[in-house]
Amino acid sequence: MAMNSESTESKAVNVSKLIAENKKKKSINNYTEKLIPTILFLLASITVLTTIGILYTLISQAVHFFMEVSIWDFFTGTELKPLGQDPQFGILPLINGTIISSIIAILVAGPIGLMSAIYLSEYASDKVRRVLKPLLEVLAGIPTIVYGFFAFTFVTPLIRSFWPELGATNILSPGLVMGVMIIPMIASLSEDAMNSVPNAMREGSLAMGTTKLETTIKVVIPAAFSGIIASFVLAISRAIGETMIVTIASGSSKNFTFDLTESMQTMTAYIVEVSGGEAPAGSTLHYSLYAVALSLFVFTLIMNLLAKYISRKFREEY
Amino acid sequence: MEKLEALHENNKMESRVRKDTIWKSVFFLSTLFGLVVLAVLIARVVIDGASWINMDFITGRLSTNADKAGIMGAILGTVWVMIVVIPVTLIVGVGTAIYLELYAKKGKFHSFITTNISNLAGVPSIVYGLLGLTVFVRLMKFGNVVLAGGLTLALLVLPILIVSAQEALRAIPGHLAEASYGMGATKWQTIKRIILPAAIPSILTGAILSLSRAIGETAPLTVLGIPALLLPFPNGLFDTFTALPMQIYYWTIDASLVAEYANLAAATIIVLLVILFVLNSIAVIIRNKFQHRY
Repeated sequence: MAMNSESTESKAVNVSKLIAENKKKKSINNYTEKLIPTILFLLASITVLTTIGILYTLISQAVHFFMEVSIWDFFTGTELKPLGQDPQFGILPLINGTIISSIIAILVAGPIGLMSAIYLSEYASDKVRRVLKPLLEVLAGIPTIVYGFFAFTFVTPLIRSFWPELGATNILSPGLVMGVMIIPMIASLSEDAMNSVPNAMREGSLAMGTTKLETTIKVVIPAAFSGIIASFVLAISRAIGETMIVTIASGSSKNFTFDLTESMQTMTAYIVEVSGGEAPAGSTLHYSLYAVALSLFVFTLIMNLLAKYISRKFREEY
Repeated sequence: MEKLEALHENNKMESRVRKDTIWKSVFFLSTLFGLVVLAVLIARVVIDGASWINMDFITGRLSTNADKAGIMGAILGTVWVMIVVIPVTLIVGVGTAIYLELYAKKGKFHSFITTNISNLAGVPSIVYGLLGLTVFVRLMKFGNVVLAGGLTLALLVLPILIVSAQEALRAIPGHLAEASYGMGATKWQTIKRIILPAAIPSILTGAILSLSRAIGETAPLTVLGIPALLLPFPNGLFDTFTALPMQIYYWTIDASLVAEYANLAAATIIVLLVILFVLNSIAVIIRNKFQHRY
């Protein structure tokens, strides 16, 4: 466009100008070419910064806590009385609540999720699978707060109607609902594992005269076992980290008990309770948040790494 | 023939086939179990809440009086938070995905970042809440405002978006880029004009899914200290806010005090689920409409 006004001048000038312009453009291009990877690298490092941020936050604040409460007392203490004259900070009641609710959840989701996976991968026709799978995934897309509402206002009253000893807040119903929540996770991950078992193995087994059930149990599941176990571990990790369902439906009693009808607090629910209350910054109560969160973080990290290890180490390659 | 029958007897074929049929229906019923619970859950919420939804409820302000309470503040709060979440996750998420897929050499650093992202995806959301509380609310002194909530949720859903954007970029066949290089285009020109436009539908699908995760997320917000009864509407990034899931939370735990609060919570859940349903439908439409097969 710029050349139009200069078209009266000699051609040589035009060409050299063009070259100059082109060079300028190229140098800008070169500049962007070099700049872009740097910018993208910086963006990618935000994820690393997030990890560092999480670790720094948890560790630096938890250190304050452990200066006042010994690590031994914290991990072996069976009493958690953060408020009051003589505060006790034992994490065992929280760990107990977390483990119990997760066990209930996996007892629900394990068998049901695995059987769903078997149905979807071995029995269902393509048509049925195409309807059932997305519907099952809807279950995974429901916000956890909705499950919390459901556990508190529906499941608990329902169970209480035939089991009156159950408290208005208890560990049982959030555990059950959490189980429903992680069904899709186990179902879809286990199904992936079973799908990757080559058909030749099924055909070999069926050709020997076995039924589909026998093939599934004696051939497909053993072959997909590492993937199935990994899906269980991941689901447990998800249940350990789950917050809203237990916060709403299990209340805030720091009971150290195995009685499912009672209210218990999980690690996650403790964090919600204390941070939602007015724990003054700098108090032991406030720092206890970070000590609990650090334990929670370590637990879930171990579970996730374990899942990865299992699925990688014990995978049968075909 | 007799031998065959004897074999038949020995193999107990009939009972084995019967067992197979029985178990098939058990497997089918287990698959239905989750769906039945889903149906009961939705029915329960609709029965509790549907009659409470009207214009006044949608556009009204919060109130301790159940009959007068409205959720406009929570809706606006959620919208404002998403105004932060969307650009931050899109820019950082897609940028990271482009870097990992197209620039970074596959080596130790690459696998370090990838492992880190998959570990971040497994961190409980409540821990992100503490990160937000410590870094955004306290250290950077934002307070419990829209910006702090938005950044916290953005970090939380970032791994989801990165992974789906990586998959979207990986699905673009190499010959498109090669043709562009062949025409003399530089790498960034190729990414900007060829690869990204081709990947945008799947990236958008992933973005909407991570957005809907952020909209429904409650735990990190409870840690940030969102007020239970916030009357003014949020008007900018530095206003205090409440969000739809937070309102559901407060109304649910107070339902033992005022029975109607359970209905308000259910009505708010309906609004939230409708928003999520619309978002997910848009994602499905985009996926179906723009899904190119190269």
